[in-house]
Amino acid sequence: MNNLLEANSVSKKFGDFTALNNVSISVPRGSIFGLLGPNGAGKTTLIRIINQITMPDTGRVLLDGEQLKPIHIKDIGYLPEERGLYKSMKVGEQALYLAQLKGLNKAEAKQRLKYWFERLEIGDWWNKKIQELSKGMAQKIQFVVTVLHEPKLLIFDEPFSGFDPINANLIKDEILRLKNNGATVIFSTHRMESVEELCDHIALLHKSNKILDGNLQDIKRHYKTNTYEVGIKANNKKELSEVIASKFQVSETNFKSLEDDLKLNIILTENDTPNNLLNYLSTKGEVSHFVELIPTANDIFIQTVKNN
Amino acid sequence: MNHLPLIIKREYLTKVKNKTFIIMTVLSPLILIALIAVVAYLSQLNNNKERTISILDESGLVKDIFKNTENTTYHVLQNMSLNDAKALVKENSNYGLLHISGIGNLDSISKNVKFYSEDSPSLTIISNLESKIEKKLTDIKLQHKGVDLKKIEESKTNISIEQESFSGEKTSKAGSIMKLAFGGMAGYLLFMFIIIYGNMIMRSVIEEKTSRIIEVIISSVKPIQLMLGKIIGTSLAGITQFVIWLILGGVLMIIVSAIFGIDLSQSPQQEMVQQAMNNQEAQAEIQLLFTEFVNMPISNLIIAFILFFIGGYLLYSSLYAAIGAAVDNETDTQQFLLPILMPLILAVYIGIFTVIEDPHGTVSTVFSFIPLTSPVVMLMRIPFGVPIWQQLVSLLLLFGTFMFTVWFAAKIYRVGILMYGKKPSYKELIKWIKY
Repeated sequence: MNNLLEANSVSKKFGDFTALNNVSISVPRGSIFGLLGPNGAGKTTLIRIINQITMPDTGRVLLDGEQLKPIHIKDIGYLPEERGLYKSMKVGEQALYLAQLKGLNKAEAKQRLKYWFERLEIGDWWNKKIQELSKGMAQKIQFVVTVLHEPKLLIFDEPFSGFDPINANLIKDEILRLKNNGATVIFSTHRMESVEELCDHIALLHKSNKILDGNLQDIKRHYKTNTYEVGIKANNKKELSEVIASKFQVSETNFKSLEDDLKLNIILTENDTPNNLLNYLSTKGEVSHFVELIPTANDIFIQTVKNN
Repeated sequence: MNHLPLIIKREYLTKVKNKTFIIMTVLSPLILIALIAVVAYLSQLNNNKERTISILDESGLVKDIFKNTENTTYHVLQNMSLNDAKALVKENSNYGLLHISGIGNLDSISKNVKFYSEDSPSLTIISNLESKIEKKLTDIKLQHKGVDLKKIEESKTNISIEQESFSGEKTSKAGSIMKLAFGGMAGYLLFMFIIIYGNMIMRSVIEEKTSRIIEVIISSVKPIQLMLGKIIGTSLAGITQFVIWLILGGVLMIIVSAIFGIDLSQSPQQEMVQQAMNNQEAQAEIQLLFTEFVNMPISNLIIAFILFFIGGYLLYSSLYAAIGAAVDNETDTQQFLLPILMPLILAVYIGIFTVIEDPHGTVSTVFSFIPLTSPVVMLMRIPFGVPIWQQLVSLLLLFGTFMFTVWFAAKIYRVGILMYGKKPSYKELIKWIKY
C-alpha cells in the first residue's frame, strides 16, 4: 500500500451548489501533499470530508486501505484554517482536554505536552489563559495540539498564517521533522513559495474539479518550455541580439543583475541542447548568466487555473 | 470513542469556575434577602408610626365609637368651631381632623362627614373610619325604625361550604390555593430554568463559533455529542447554582432575622392565618388543610416534576443550542428566540389563568398535552389530581417531540457551527436539514 490516503470519485453538493465534483486524490505515504486551488475551489470541503466532519454524497475515502471510520479520528491531526481556542481557559487545561478528545489518556497527554512545550520554549505558558497570549503564541499551542497524538496523517490548512518569519520557519522545520519521522502531511495554502519548498506532490482544485495532480517535479518537467535565460557582455547589444535571433527563437527579457548585459530568453528546439547553445554564446561574448527557466508552482497555478 | 463524559466535565467546570457565575451564585441570594429585609423593615416602620386623629363630632352621635389602638390615638374635641379645630390640629401636627356636622337629620349628617389633613390620608385609615361611622349610623337608623339589634346579632349565620369529592376526599378553598401554589411554583421554576440556562447554552455555542475552536473540536467528536455534552453540563451547573441558592438563601434568612429581629416569614396573610387559628372553626380548617397536603399525590407530584422538568428542559435547550449554532453573535438571536419564547410564555399564562379557573377544563387539558406547553401546564395541573393515563400520554408526546427536536437541532447544529458570515433565514435553516 503506497498511498496512505485515497479519495475515490468524491462528490459533495450543498443544495444546488456543487462543492466537489468527482474528485480523486492519492496521497503517497510519507510525502507532503499540497492541496492547492483558488478560494472556493472545494479544498476545505475535501479536508472536512477526510476529517469526517462532512459526509460525501458519493465516493469513498480510504485511509491505509480502509474505509474511513470514526476510529480513524485518532490517526488524523487537523489544523483548520478557521482555528481558535477557548479564550478563558488555561493553556494547559485546554491542551489536555483537546488531547483527551483525540483519545490520549491524561497522564500520557501531560507527558507529551511537557515535551512539546519545552521543545517550542513555551513551558511557562501552562497556567496562562489564551486571552493573555498573542495570536502567534496561540498558534503555537494550536500546532502542538494538532500533532500531539502522533497521527499518521497531518492536515495543515494555512499553517503559517499569523506567524512571524522566525516562528514560521520553526514550524516549517517541525513539519519536515514530523515527515521524516514517518508522518504523511496534507498541506493546503495559498503561499506558493512554501509549496515549492515543502511539497512532494500536489493536487490543484478549481471550481469543484481537480484539474491537475501528481509529483511536483514531474509536473514541472511537463510544464517547462526549454527556455533559457542568458546574459552576455556585448559592446553593441542590438547587433548581437539580431545575430542570435537569426539562429534561435529569442525574446527580450529583464532580470536583476550586476552587469549591464544583453539579456535574452532563448527557447531551444528539440534538435538543440543547452551545451550547443552555451558553446555558441561563448563565441559571441562573455556569458555572465545562464539559467534554465523552470516554471514555479506559482506559474503553474496561475497558468492552469486561467486555462480552465 | 465516547467523549460525552469528558465534554460534560469541561462544560460543567468552565461554567462553575466562571467569575460571573460565582458572583451571581453568591450575590443573588444576598441581594434578594437584603431586598426582602428592607421591604419588611420599611413596612414595619410604616405600620408602627403613631398617629393622632382629632374628632370634632358636632352631632354627638359617634364620638364614643373610637377606641385607641396601639398606633392610633383618637382625640375628641369639644365645644369648638370647625376653624378653631382645624388650627389646633395643624398646630399639634396631628394626622388629621374628622368632622361630623350636627345640622339636619341622620341622612344629611351621613352625607356631611369630612376629613381634613395636611397630606392626602392613607386609604386604609379612611376606609377604617368610614366603616366605623357607617356601622354606628346604621345601628342608630335601625333602632329608630324599631329593630332590636340583639335579634339581628343573634340571627347572623356563617356559611362555609364543605367540599368533598365523590371518593370521599375532603377539600377546601384554602387547599385549592395551596395546590395552585404548588403547581405554580413547579411550573414557574421550570420556566425560569429554561430561560436562564437555555440562554447559557446558546451563549456557549456562540462562543465556540466566535473563538473558532469549533472546527478543531468537531474533527474529534460528533456534533451531537458536543451538543448533548453542552446541554447536560450546563444543566448540571444550573442545578448546582439552584441548590446553592436554596441553601444560602435559607441560611441567610435565618441569620438576618436573628440579627435584626425582623420576622421575615411574617407576611400579612400568615398573620391572618394566625389570627384565624385562635378560633375553633379555623383550627378544624387547618387540620383539613394539613390532611389535604398529605393526601396530595406527593409521590406522583415528585416523579412527574422530575420527568416533565427533564423533558421540557431538554426540549427547549436543544432548540436554544440550534439557535446558537445558526447565528454568529448574540444580537442575531432575537428573531429565532421569539418563536421559542412564545409557547413558553403562553404556557405560563394558561397555567396561571386557566388552571386556576378550571384545572380539568378543555383548555387546560389540551395544553397539557401539547409538547411545547405541556411541561409547565401539566405540572400546574397535577396537584389537582390528573389521571395517570393523561400524564403518561403527555410524557410520551413530550419525549417523542424531544427526540425530534434533538434530531432537528443536531442537523442545524452540525451545519450551522461551520457557517460564518451572514445570518441565515428560516428557509436556509430548512435547507440545512437536507445537507
